[in-house]
Amino acid sequence: MDQTRRGIEWLRLKNLAIVEESEKFFLTLGKNGIAANTDGLPERKLVNLVSNASVPFDDLRKKLLDDMNVAIANAKKNDWITITKNESGSIVSLKSKPDQTNEEKILATIGQNKIPQDDIKDTLALESLKKRPDYIILESVKTRTLSLSEQAKSIDVDAADSGAIDVEADVPRVYAARTHPLKDTINEIREIFVSLGFSEISGSLTQPGFWNFDALFTPQDHPAREMQDTFYIKDKLASNFATASQINQVSASHKKGWKYPWNVDVAKKMVLRTHTTCVTINYLAENKPSEARVFSLGRVFRNEKVSYKHLVEFNQVEGIVVGKNVSLRDLMGIQTQFYKKLGLNKIKFWPTFFPYTEPSLQTMVYNEKLDKWIELFGMGIFRPEVTRPFGITRPVLAWGGGIERIAMLKYGLDDVREFYNNNLSWLRSTPKCQ
Amino acid sequence: MPVVTLYLSRLQKLVGKVSKDKIISALPFLGLDIEEETDQYIRVEYSPNRPDYATDVGIATGLQGLLGIKKGIAKIIIKRQKDKTYSIKTSPAVKKIRPFVLGLVAKDGKLDDEIIRQLIALQEDLHFGVGRKRKKASIGIHDLDKITLPLLYTAKSKDHKFVPLATNHSMSVTQILDTLETGKEYSAILGNGANVPMILDSKENTVSFPPIINSALTTVSTSTKNLLVEVTGNDPGAVADTLAVVASALQGLGFTLHDFKTDSKSSADSIKMRTIILDPNLVSQTLGLELSPVQICNMLKKCRLDAMVKNKKISCTVPSYRFDIFGPMDLVEEVALGYGIQNLSTTLPSSTSVGQKSKTTLKLDQLSQIMLGLGFTEALNSSLTSKQTLYDNTKRDSSKLIEVAESKSQEHTVLRDSIIPGLLENLSKNIHEQYPQKLFESGIVFSTGSPIKESICLACVSAHKDSGYTEIKSILQSLLKTDSNIECQTKTSQNTMFAKGKTADVIVNNKKIGIIGEIDSGVIENFKIRVPVSGFELILTDFLL
Repeated sequence: MDQTRRGIEWLRLKNLAIVEESEKFFLTLGKNGIAANTDGLPERKLVNLVSNASVPFDDLRKKLLDDMNVAIANAKKNDWITITKNESGSIVSLKSKPDQTNEEKILATIGQNKIPQDDIKDTLALESLKKRPDYIILESVKTRTLSLSEQAKSIDVDAADSGAIDVEADVPRVYAARTHPLKDTINEIREIFVSLGFSEISGSLTQPGFWNFDALFTPQDHPAREMQDTFYIKDKLASNFATASQINQVSASHKKGWKYPWNVDVAKKMVLRTHTTCVTINYLAENKPSEARVFSLGRVFRNEKVSYKHLVEFNQVEGIVVGKNVSLRDLMGIQTQFYKKLGLNKIKFWPTFFPYTEPSLQTMVYNEKLDKWIELFGMGIFRPEVTRPFGITRPVLAWGGGIERIAMLKYGLDDVREFYNNNLSWLRSTPKCQ
Repeated sequence: MPVVTLYLSRLQKLVGKVSKDKIISALPFLGLDIEEETDQYIRVEYSPNRPDYATDVGIATGLQGLLGIKKGIAKIIIKRQKDKTYSIKTSPAVKKIRPFVLGLVAKDGKLDDEIIRQLIALQEDLHFGVGRKRKKASIGIHDLDKITLPLLYTAKSKDHKFVPLATNHSMSVTQILDTLETGKEYSAILGNGANVPMILDSKENTVSFPPIINSALTTVSTSTKNLLVEVTGNDPGAVADTLAVVASALQGLGFTLHDFKTDSKSSADSIKMRTIILDPNLVSQTLGLELSPVQICNMLKKCRLDAMVKNKKISCTVPSYRFDIFGPMDLVEEVALGYGIQNLSTTLPSSTSVGQKSKTTLKLDQLSQIMLGLGFTEALNSSLTSKQTLYDNTKRDSSKLIEVAESKSQEHTVLRDSIIPGLLENLSKNIHEQYPQKLFESGIVFSTGSPIKESICLACVSAHKDSGYTEIKSILQSLLKTDSNIECQTKTSQNTMFAKGKTADVIVNNKKIGIIGEIDSGVIENFKIRVPVSGFELILTDFLL
């Protein structure tokens, strides 16, 4: 039965079946109704008693008992009797012998059967009978009928063979193996650089302080070099990390610019790179290009407390252009192109400060979703104090920044840690197109 | 980056007749990032190399230039003194501990709570930046009227007692260094000697215990009219630079500055301007903008510098508090700011270069594609991880671990030498997700070399109720076959991370290039994973790369 009901419900949801509900009423006689059908209604008993002669009120009452009041009232209403008064009391006499009444006909019709209420046409008489106590029992019967909808009737049963299945039903979910969403953003940015004519260079994640700091004119007592900002690797010192001339030139640049005794031992300490700029400066020092468009992309590290906006390890990209007459306006132009390819068209530039570039700018990008300007990549031209020690005389335009920040905007995340949680429900449900 | 709060009505008074809106929109073009904006105040972030922007006076000076209200240097005027009471004598004893001192008197000014707050902020920024956490230079600002001049800069034993600032009882130097916050934080600067630096007035009252704390006697309040500034330190340049920034701020706040003599120098002599010669060609080449020498001079003046044309070159005068300016290239940036970054239109350099991804990237992309085809989803993990994940949970040998010093995060202390532990950690965080779970990751792992060797690896794990050796070896074979048509062998071996008798070395051309196997049930338990896991890890460096 349960299965039938489920099946019908399923058909109804698919608009294939029409279920109609109806209610029908049936009549049977109650205890008093059955008695009245054999003995007559109270008023009928009354007229039978007075049919031969007038009878005093009190005698009638003795015979009719509880029916007396009803009998008198109905007989009078039907104009069957007259009541006259004399000295000894009221006397009831018959006016005319009445025919069978409509109510008596209904009682006879029902008899011992159960008949539909609709079969009784005289609703007035029926209502009157219903008002009498326990004459008529009314019973309600609900019925539901099932029929095919027009849509169901139109199904070609012959065509749908016996192997037909519910093609519209839900099915179990499967998940496509996929690249990590952050990797998608990394790849997108890499493609943009390549499309703008940049070639990829790479370098180690562990670097001697020399390439991460000293080569970039960061003085050895600078707060950024302290252990609370930078990861130093325990018990590891670099050897053969640069040529004697490179070391001497950097030393001289520091002594002249910062006026302190530069110490090569400090430069030997191994750190986890804090930016990709160490890769850039190493490339420039090794290759001394007169023209170049290169970029590097990879992990960088900061000794920070992990929070919704800070990671100890994240991805950074950095591009440079070396050329004879390249200028700050060119750098701004390349930026504009880069952001356009990322789908960011509303950008502006603000001055800022970076230790190894001069002049330095930052890009502000308008984010529609957040309805505000957001700081993205930084850029600038490498300081002469950085390039000169390595014999680079042409201007080096450089820019770069964190990739997670862009990915967060893309995926609408407000917690950067989500990228490294590898939460499968997130990996499986994040669409490629954002 | 440090942040300063600017009250708009105050700032507007300092700048001159300009609307608040104009002031607000000009702030970013001074290099100030707006952090918060309300009707009353604005909070801006400034570069640590511009401590003169720690006060609204300094920022107002900059705004006046950009908005064209006042141009050229806001000169610091220091009145020379004839009598020698405005002076400090340095005793030889202190020269070995903290040798340099400079001073300045600032008179007839008005202080309110806001100005005092700004002066404290300025002091802290100078201590941190140019002062290198008070080592190179530190500042004390005192109520001049509580002091009997001249001063003595000397060394005192650690038994010396005075009432330090913000306390009401006398303390010894030892007590101060052991109990007060600044004492604990900066005591290392003083070394292990028996004596510490101390500034005393001519009545032998303690004025200051540099670089730790001032005396309560000279506390500055809103009723203070006249100030004494002393700067001490280990670096004469930093001491002079620091004093210059404080002097320019106090003058901007309405104080009259008076010279203060030390044994060798006077403050007026140490706060000097310098001249830098700028080639106009450097400007036009760097900015990509043709500007006449006169135009360049005008832009420098808008940045509150002085400049004039001399023999087709520009002679630029820089005030001493602008120690962020090293040479001509720094002046080029000033010209750009004077011109207005918003007025610079963009150009594109011509280029015929063809871009290319690195070989490593191309190879990893290709391998990733094959792993995806084999049904593995990519994971990304930190290469700086924990000993727990890397060694303890996996029962691996930790004798060669590479650690970082003083990490702020316990989960990030050791550089990974294998990728699989991170993937197991991922599985352990996903035990409530639908199985099968198949993950792969490629990335750098670290081992001891000279001094550290970095190799690129690719690893994968498969976790589900039927996961086993046969499945994962099939995956390995398919990967190498599809990528480079390589046939590999698997040779029985032992590895504590894998189950005994179910692990092998991966061999190609008689060389071990990786490991494969079913993960040991104890390891699986350590990671609280509830299904069998199998996996492999390949070292791609010197193999496919």
